Amino acid sequence: MFYDVIVVGGGHAGCEAAHATATIGLKTALITANIKNIADMPCNPSIGGTAKGIIVRDIDALGGLMGIVADKSHIQIKMLNNGKGPAVRSLRAQADKITYPKIMLETLKNTKNLTIIEGMVEDIIVENNKVVGIKLEEKIINCSALILTTGTYLKSKILIGNTNKLEGPHGEKRSNHLSDRLKELGFDILRLKTGTPQRIDRNSIDFSKLKEETGDDVYWTFNCENEIYYDKDKQAKCYLVYTNEKTHKIINDNLEKSAMYGGYAEGIGPRYCPSIEDKIVRFKDKERHQLFLEPESLYYDDIYIQGFSTSMPIDVQEKMVHSLEGLENAKILKYAYAIEYDAINPLQLKPSLETKIIENLFTAGQINGTSGYEEAAGQGIIAGINAAKKLKGKEPLILKRNESYIGVLIDDLVTKGTKEPYRMLTSRAEFRLLLRHDNADLRLRKYGYEAGLITKEKYNKLLEKENNINKLLDELKELKITKNNITKNILNIIKDNNFNTSINLYDFLKRPEININLLIDENILEKKYTKEVYDQVEILIKYEGYIKKELKEVEKLLKLESKKIPKDIDYDKIINLASEAKQKLKEIRPLTLAQAARISGVNPADLSILAIYLKKEYGKDEH
Amino acid sequence: MEDTICAVSTAMGVGAISIIRVSGNDSIKIVNKIFNGIDLQTVDTHTIHYGFIVDNNSKIDEVLVTVMKAPRTYTKEDIIEINCHGGISSTNKVLELLLLNGCRLAEPGEFTKRAFLNGRIDLIEAESVGDLINSETDKKRKLSLNGVTGNISKLINKIRETLLSINANIEVNIDYPEYEDIEVLTNKEIKPKILKVKEDLEKLLKESQNGKIIKNGIDVAIVGKPNVGKSSLLNTLLGNDKAIVTNIAGTTRDIVEGKIILNGIVLNLIDTAGIRDTEDIIEKIGVDKSKKIIEQADLVILVLNYNEKITKKELDLINELKNKNLIVYINKTDLEKQIDVDKIDCKNIVYGNTLNVENLEELKNKIVEIFNLEQIETSDFTYLSNSRQISLVKNAKKSLDNVLLGIENGIEVDMLSIDIKECIDYLGEIIGASYKEELLDEIFKNFCLGK
Repeated sequence: MFYDVIVVGGGHAGCEAAHATATIGLKTALITANIKNIADMPCNPSIGGTAKGIIVRDIDALGGLMGIVADKSHIQIKMLNNGKGPAVRSLRAQADKITYPKIMLETLKNTKNLTIIEGMVEDIIVENNKVVGIKLEEKIINCSALILTTGTYLKSKILIGNTNKLEGPHGEKRSNHLSDRLKELGFDILRLKTGTPQRIDRNSIDFSKLKEETGDDVYWTFNCENEIYYDKDKQAKCYLVYTNEKTHKIINDNLEKSAMYGGYAEGIGPRYCPSIEDKIVRFKDKERHQLFLEPESLYYDDIYIQGFSTSMPIDVQEKMVHSLEGLENAKILKYAYAIEYDAINPLQLKPSLETKIIENLFTAGQINGTSGYEEAAGQGIIAGINAAKKLKGKEPLILKRNESYIGVLIDDLVTKGTKEPYRMLTSRAEFRLLLRHDNADLRLRKYGYEAGLITKEKYNKLLEKENNINKLLDELKELKITKNNITKNILNIIKDNNFNTSINLYDFLKRPEININLLIDENILEKKYTKEVYDQVEILIKYEGYIKKELKEVEKLLKLESKKIPKDIDYDKIINLASEAKQKLKEIRPLTLAQAARISGVNPADLSILAIYLKKEYGKDEH
Repeated sequence: MEDTICAVSTAMGVGAISIIRVSGNDSIKIVNKIFNGIDLQTVDTHTIHYGFIVDNNSKIDEVLVTVMKAPRTYTKEDIIEINCHGGISSTNKVLELLLLNGCRLAEPGEFTKRAFLNGRIDLIEAESVGDLINSETDKKRKLSLNGVTGNISKLINKIRETLLSINANIEVNIDYPEYEDIEVLTNKEIKPKILKVKEDLEKLLKESQNGKIIKNGIDVAIVGKPNVGKSSLLNTLLGNDKAIVTNIAGTTRDIVEGKIILNGIVLNLIDTAGIRDTEDIIEKIGVDKSKKIIEQADLVILVLNYNEKITKKELDLINELKNKNLIVYINKTDLEKQIDVDKIDCKNIVYGNTLNVENLEELKNKIVEIFNLEQIETSDFTYLSNSRQISLVKNAKKSLDNVLLGIENGIEVDMLSIDIKECIDYLGEIIGASYKEELLDEIFKNFCLGK
């Protein structure tokens, strides 16, 4: 049996990767231990969130599935940070844990060139440092490229208090041999940990004591085509709960029983979603911590307690949950647990997500040390695109830090590595004003089209939008507001009855109190484009100064980015490099000076030495 | 970078001993080749050895050799210092031998550049070392030393930390918008914090102005009509204070007629008469050259004649110089009073007669008063001492002005953080916390040889 591409693992990374290679036209097999677990959401029932929501938009712009599937399956959606600037707005949807995987599976089943196979991968077959196939329990399948997206299943161990089970989420079989095999092939294996909170029976909660959290009253979509699949008036509710003194006392009294504090775990957990015992130990002065109750699905009664993840034994968990107001009589359907798993050191990856050691072997998702569905899916689509490009002999798609959160994510992973599960945050992106929710298609559609994931028809729509944006910008520079056409309403708003100048609308829009809708309502501006075009133009005008500033920074980055470091550079020859920097550079082998600059442990002085060396040794052709 | 470099690190011709410094991987090996004494390859680090520098078998000089092994050295490389006792010609001979045996002559500032590149010192320290070497007065030396010990770095770091914590708070608010646990920073709360930082930067700039005065002295332009007594004023000043230097052609200044030291501060006296051969300076005020001198001067002394009516052009000049440090020196008080003093809009008027030395004290006291020279003497020096650093602080301050402007316009906090970050970057550039290619060459080319 032969496939061009085999994807191992049916989680969020695997789904995107397999869908991408198959859509591009490569014969693809997606191997999963259990077809029922395709696109499973073992942790929180939501897609998106700060920064993560923009990753979903980026995936959609590239032609991936997560956005559209979330649009079709969520039960509540809201725009986070809506009161802040456009750069940090990001969608979060409560995804239905039954519907989301179901729609994903259907979509994959309907994808041409894609076969889903159930099985456990026992071995990777490598010849001359090039991957040629995999061994399942009973058969061998050959391939040209292999994408590993095994999530948390590598030697996973579930921890609740001082007990542990050698299995994956939902009691699924773990993969026992794969990480040993990877180690044998030369991979550095990390041990990571993450956790998930309790699920409570909806019928046992006293909602009258809780504060409701509702979805937004306007329509939002992850998909760039703005197709709506939900009724905004029929959204499910979430609820707010707080920990209290009693909860804190229970936790403090039982700390040594926690798997993490009792020393029963060895993996390193994420700082960004700490367990509740972590939060209470680290923030002693906090009187209460906020928790969210989120429904997992419309089709069953599990309510997820966001923020309450713990590895306490079950008797302590009972007490903890019952100490919360409104949950005094709550019935716990699933106890919180921590999970430990093996991952590879992402420093062993190229920015294309191909491994440095084994040719045509790609990895994506939690196996690379990340946390989160969105982070996984973002890597998945890039691994898929690049596996296809590799097989076709094309240059890989490497998204730059000024182009996409996915670019930031992968660059961070392969340049800085990670010691804990990596979660995307807006603060990780230095050019976030350019990486907005609203311009994902303008940033990335072209790459999706070039890769073969976006149809000509969809791409033309984008070109038309781009064109309209430019036309509108030109028109606004032409059209003027004068004392003759200004309206009473506008005069009132700008509080200037002696308006006597003539100013073009472009500049007029820079006034904080003026917006495009007002100009349209007052018939100063004719309405002829889509809402997205107006929104885009308004942001470009209102934040022009700030955007220019970031573009200037981007220019600096691109200049450094253009300084390529020769692949065969011998760092041992650069005598004056500090030994830590030398060791890091040898390990990571950055492609450009810009990437070298981002390596922790390579300080400005080291960079200068490297730059001087490059100038001296390769000066003529590189600089 | 792998070359082993050498240079004479003491001033040539001054003092009985000169020190040649050698730095690089091969420094021990190379010196050992020309050293007659203990085998330097076998000695411990930071030890001194007696012997001779030899050329084949002939003794060149009797020396003490200090061996300092990496990394605990100035450049973090192996360093050897050779104390030569034999005067200029034998020092030069030793240097020549080193060059013949595989050393390269160090470029100006190359030792310090290596110290910086090897992470031994930060940028401010590197710049200060350069200043230290070139310092002429005690005050200047004190200022340079202050930089070396990292006082400025500490201050800049403190300011950066304040800004970083504001931005960190903004970031947390963005990433965890729904958590009430974290203080939500709003424009209203950011404003006083930014104002405070701005104040700190303004204070630093003001103090740095003093630093500049200590380092570069005060440029004093003496202007006035012909025959009003400019030259005699200049000569009296110089004569009484024993001019250190005369007629140095500068690159930025046109002519420095002489330097005197006042309260430990150098006054660079510039006589505009030097560029005005025949015509009246006041008539030539439109001429760029004269204007430039006056513009760049820290202090202008306008000399008027007690014995003549004040002209319109003189009054215009006084008006033009309203925002500058100006002293009107009314000369020739021994003659009959013709001048109408009431018309002069200037609070610093000094009467005098250049023939009378006591009157000059009053002029000097005025200068001390204007520049607060008494105070400079006693205050501690946390100054930025060069124009690169000062202009970066000015840029940093400009970023903060943009933050404040954004606050006025109701711009969202996450946008404000862009300007705050810009400010952090500018400050980072001062202490070398960011990489910039052009920067390094610029700084190190100003260094003297041997450091």
